[in-house]
Amino acid sequence: MGFEWTVALRFLREGGMQTLMIVAGTTIGIAVIVFITTFLGDLQRDLIKRTLGVQAHIVIRPAEEVARPLRETPAAAAALPQVQARAQRLRSVDQWQTLVPVLRATPGITAISPIAAGPGIITRGDSNKTVTIMGIVPAPYIAVSRFAEKIVAGSLRLDPGDVLIGTDMAKDLGVGLGDKVRLSTPTSPGDAYQVRGIYDLGIRSLNRAYAYVGLAPAQAMHALPGGVSSLELATDDLFGAEKLAANLRRTMPHEVESWMQANPQLLAGLSNQTVMTVLVRFFLGLVVAIGVASVLVVAVVQKTKEIGILRAMGASRGRILRVFLLQGALIGASGALLGCACGYALTYVMSNILRSGDGTRFFAANFDPQLYIYTLVAAVALGLIAAVMPARRAARLDPAQAIRI
Amino acid sequence: MNAAIIELADIRKTYNEGTAVAAEVLHGINITLRAGEFACLIGPSGSGKSTLLNLIGLLEPPTAGSYLLKSRAIQQASDDERTRARLETLGFVFQFHHLLPAFSAIENVMLPGLMRDGAFTREQRANAQQLLTAVGLADAMDKPPNELSGGMQQRVAIARALALAPDLVLADEPTGNLDTHTADEVFALMRHFNETKGTAFLLVTHDPRLAARCDRVIELRDGTIVGDAASKTSK
Repeated sequence: MGFEWTVALRFLREGGMQTLMIVAGTTIGIAVIVFITTFLGDLQRDLIKRTLGVQAHIVIRPAEEVARPLRETPAAAAALPQVQARAQRLRSVDQWQTLVPVLRATPGITAISPIAAGPGIITRGDSNKTVTIMGIVPAPYIAVSRFAEKIVAGSLRLDPGDVLIGTDMAKDLGVGLGDKVRLSTPTSPGDAYQVRGIYDLGIRSLNRAYAYVGLAPAQAMHALPGGVSSLELATDDLFGAEKLAANLRRTMPHEVESWMQANPQLLAGLSNQTVMTVLVRFFLGLVVAIGVASVLVVAVVQKTKEIGILRAMGASRGRILRVFLLQGALIGASGALLGCACGYALTYVMSNILRSGDGTRFFAANFDPQLYIYTLVAAVALGLIAAVMPARRAARLDPAQAIRI
Repeated sequence: MNAAIIELADIRKTYNEGTAVAAEVLHGINITLRAGEFACLIGPSGSGKSTLLNLIGLLEPPTAGSYLLKSRAIQQASDDERTRARLETLGFVFQFHHLLPAFSAIENVMLPGLMRDGAFTREQRANAQQLLTAVGLADAMDKPPNELSGGMQQRVAIARALALAPDLVLADEPTGNLDTHTADEVFALMRHFNETKGTAFLLVTHDPRLAARCDRVIELRDGTIVGDAASKTSK
């Protein structure tokens, strides 16, 4: 390949302005691809983080109870035409203690948090509010929900008799840290709890919805001795949650729900955005490829004589083909290297300029090596593909005619 | 008698074969060129000189007839094989020099070596320096072609044609666009290499002065050889 490399590099150098322009064009195209990919990726992750609040990536719940007719024959179906749907009781995930080690060994799952949640009432003096009483174990719950960052007062400690409530609930009840409230449920007359911490999820209705207590008191209040109403899981790949959930669904009799299923609207919005970026990237790639191809087509015409003389001197068709393919690949590679650098710089600068309402960064300039490697490989492939047509044209030139021109 | 480099027997060339405008431009050419010969091909425009030269140079295949290159039937060979035969046995000099502007003078002379070896080597450089010194361009080796005069460029082209010590150099009007003085110099160089290296030359020329100084003159008229004799003034 020594001949091909030498000639391709010399031809590109000889191209001068022509080469500079197409490399600049490729650089800009690649830089924009890198920028919007990083930008949108971060934006999506951020949006999910804000929208999901404390929702887990995957939730495992007991399967719904269904009513079955006693006899399932066609005749019986005709005789019992109406089967009333069963009311769903609060039940425990069956055998959850044995499930935990299995889940822990599943690749992709990073944290498992048992939850005992059910309806209850929070009371202070004459004021009663309905609330979901969540029994949690703080350490795994933080890993699943990033709940720790939502605590605005007090601490995330749940000794027996401690409760965490939201800012709006605290305001409604007129309580602060250290004050007592009463928690009761349909199955328990209730007890006094001390407000140990106050959280703020950023959404007012959510700040009134939950009261967090330790797992054991919640189990007692909800009449779920030793049981849990759900297991919440964190995964290492946010967008792989549904795939993982589908795998889990096959291996266990419980209901397994991913965040995508729980938030179809959010997912639809995100997929539309993703489709848009894919389209933009595709058309940018297409424009770059057409640019490279047109420059090389012109180069082949300009160098017809030289190609003829090289062929006459003893360069095979294959070598001429490779000389031009190599030029395409080199343009793609140099454009990609420069484009990746510019794209990262652009991302970095924009992440410092664009701020959301609360002054925090709109998105972070994450450096994802995989994106840069893929971009490089794709740009070289793109350059090669763009060069195929002009290179074939060059290789097919009849040397006798090419010299005469 | 020296070994034959090329043997053409009843070579015919028809353009646009099988169509209504088919035209036979060469009608049964028989030529044998031997090692060390210094021959020229003369004839009026349109007599088929360039076609014959392209045919001998393996740039175009004949329509009929037999072509032996160093006793090997070459016209049936694949394009790649004919390309390799060009690299190994033939050298080309064209009227308009055709140096590659992206390469310096010495690199142009090293190009055939680059094709053969896949890299520029020290031996190629030494060989190219020797050839360029022999054509009187020792001081212009690293200049790009566009900084050289027409005569200088043609001398580089001759050095390039000789780089891999070919058996035969084909020259299509090598002095066609040079002034008389420069033309004489270039011709003398070819003669010099013919005598010192034993390289055979076949020149196409319009210049009767130069033709007279060749060992052998082949005259082509309307696609037929009408004369093939030792030059009268030749030594």
